[in-house]
Amino acid sequence: MKSGKRQKRFGSLIVNGTLLLLVLIWTVPTMGIFVSSFRVRNDIATSGWWKIFPYRDWQPVREIDISQAGLDPNGVMTIEGATGTFEEFRAGVETPDGKRITWIGNKRLGRVEVQEEVWTVDWNFSLDNYRQVLGGQDFKFTRPDGTVEIVPGDNMNRAFLNSLSVAVPSTVIPILIAAFAAYAFAWMNFPGRRALFIIVVALLVVPLQIALVPILRDYKALDLNGTFLAIWLAHTGFGLALATYLLYNYISTLPRDILESAFIDGASHFTVFTQLILPLSVPALASFAIFQFLWVWNDYLVALIFLGGNPEFELVTQRMAAIVGSRGSEWHLLTAGAFVSMVLPLIVFFSMQRYFVRGLLAGSVKG
Amino acid sequence: MELLRDMGKDQQSLWARVLAFIGRILLAISIPLIAFYVLYLGFLFLRDSQAPRVVITLVAIVWGVGGVAILYWIFNGLVELLPDAWTTRLLPFVFVGPAMAILGWYLAVPTLRTFYISLFDRNGPPDGMNFLQQLGSQAFVGLSNYKAVFTHPLMLEAFRNNLMWIIFGSTLSVAFGLIIAVLADRSRIENFAKSMIFLPMAISFVGASIIWNFIYEYRPAGQPQIGLLNAIVVGLGGTPQAWPQWVDIAPWNNLFLIVIVIWLQAGFSMVLFSAALKGIPEELMEAGRIDGASEIQIFFRIMIPYIQGTIISVWTTIVIFTLKIFDVVWVMTGGQFGTHVIATQFYRQSFTNRNSGFGSAIAIVLLIAVIPVMYYNLRQFREQEAF
Repeated sequence: MKSGKRQKRFGSLIVNGTLLLLVLIWTVPTMGIFVSSFRVRNDIATSGWWKIFPYRDWQPVREIDISQAGLDPNGVMTIEGATGTFEEFRAGVETPDGKRITWIGNKRLGRVEVQEEVWTVDWNFSLDNYRQVLGGQDFKFTRPDGTVEIVPGDNMNRAFLNSLSVAVPSTVIPILIAAFAAYAFAWMNFPGRRALFIIVVALLVVPLQIALVPILRDYKALDLNGTFLAIWLAHTGFGLALATYLLYNYISTLPRDILESAFIDGASHFTVFTQLILPLSVPALASFAIFQFLWVWNDYLVALIFLGGNPEFELVTQRMAAIVGSRGSEWHLLTAGAFVSMVLPLIVFFSMQRYFVRGLLAGSVKG
Repeated sequence: MELLRDMGKDQQSLWARVLAFIGRILLAISIPLIAFYVLYLGFLFLRDSQAPRVVITLVAIVWGVGGVAILYWIFNGLVELLPDAWTTRLLPFVFVGPAMAILGWYLAVPTLRTFYISLFDRNGPPDGMNFLQQLGSQAFVGLSNYKAVFTHPLMLEAFRNNLMWIIFGSTLSVAFGLIIAVLADRSRIENFAKSMIFLPMAISFVGASIIWNFIYEYRPAGQPQIGLLNAIVVGLGGTPQAWPQWVDIAPWNNLFLIVIVIWLQAGFSMVLFSAALKGIPEELMEAGRIDGASEIQIFFRIMIPYIQGTIISVWTTIVIFTLKIFDVVWVMTGGQFGTHVIATQFYRQSFTNRNSGFGSAIAIVLLIAVIPVMYYNLRQFREQEAF
């Protein structure tokens, strides 16, 4: 009996341990970006972000004056009991008592440091990266050697507002249109109902790539390319089949007697729809809204094609991809920018987790 | 009831039926058309105004959403003014018409048009000709674009890579999702673990690409590595690599891109498996344990067979998803270093090379590849009642 208990405890240790390990693996990539976005530009470029955790490093304790010690860098030198050539001291030579002697700089103007290995952390945090990536003006950096470098900032602020102006209508318009259609399919009688519904389901299959070339031609003819209207309508078109299908599945399961009593009281379809069906469908509407909002917010392909040419209307995903393309090593911009682009989805995720999960599961077939 | 109403319909005069038909079509088209016009006017105003961006954003949102809602209200009011018989005939089309018209414009008709364009050379069907003239013109190339799709070396590379995406991407997403779901089911930190694993689903592909680019970041040997993977490799005594760009190991460098999607999608499969596992009757597991089955045996003999349906539907969903994968590859490598997939080839041919015939043929091939998986998936989806 006792060994069974111990076995159980051992089993739960393995289960929890493996799970924690997996969670850690899944979290570390995001954490790297998050931590780095608060580090100073120079730190990001020269050391790993995990240096925020304590690590052992050589720190200077004191300096030795070269001329006073009478050192000749062209031969073999002995400093504090460590012996080596100039090149060896450049790399650092350890003394018998565990210190390290390092020659810094060139032979003539250099200095010699005595270093000790100590526990240390890099906690040089600031919000400068965010200011830069949002603000849009140029920023000056002083390099360690004293020269000044000017790095242009980025205008994520504008991209953020653009994304918002694209995502909200692109979410609400298809839901509204789909809710009307779903109501009609579920509760109205009209010729061709079955056939039309089959068409809706069949269109779920169509990947949106199919539609891009013809729609782009239409937009060229209508002079709509590179406008918000173009992308609202595109997202409406591409999201509508799924929205109608999902909302139909929900609305058609609402109890029939509620509606019938409303009709007996003389309510019109429009009243029933707005006063009864919409409030009752809030869970489904919310789930789909979250899915569609995230889909549009995170979309890159549709934006690239219909907004592509116009930098004025760039969305966060386009902006980020552009920084990756042109300034892929400016990690202080990339990390902060990535976080700016993620902040809204993350807020939605943490505040409405139930609807969020349901919405994403239901929307997974979208194409 | 239904039958009686149908018989009643037959007795309507032919005239009324024709009129009703025309009225329905008109309604279906006019709402989106007017909505489009109203939105277009608003858009012109927004483009020409010099208002601050926040104001423009707010106006855009209110205008776009409110405009559409008011239109439904107006049209409903108009139809309700008609005699009762006509209201019943036409009202459903106020509700369902706009959706069908938009779906027609954005999905149904483009499918046919894309197929038609795919039969022509790089500029598509010539303008200013009627249908028969177009088919008879020099630009008409028949099925040769399709022949090119299946013989072009870059396309063959794309097919091979998509196959890798399906084999490794979908299967490992399912495997990790399943392992995590089973572990979480027995753990006290279930909710926390599930949230953390699901979290990447909120991140865009572009964001995920940046996150993983940072992990793969490469510095020449000797310099301090700031990418986690290279830091580990160097710490273990290896040589640093620019992992996704490492052509020497092609096609296996694709795996470094596939990992990103596994990271994103494992949460999705985990949630579905977790729900399915909770549906296994406790007596079934208990019976297995009493018969002396080990936990591993219970996993393979009871759990897996029981949730088989879910496994297949999750797998097919991720297969569809990986067939259409675009953003990750486009941002990480742009399709270079032997990482092209079908969707990036489609983009390159259609929009970079401006070869719309070839691009459209790729899109049609993609559609045909998705159809069987999607058909199966939708059938499963209905049974799962995921929504």
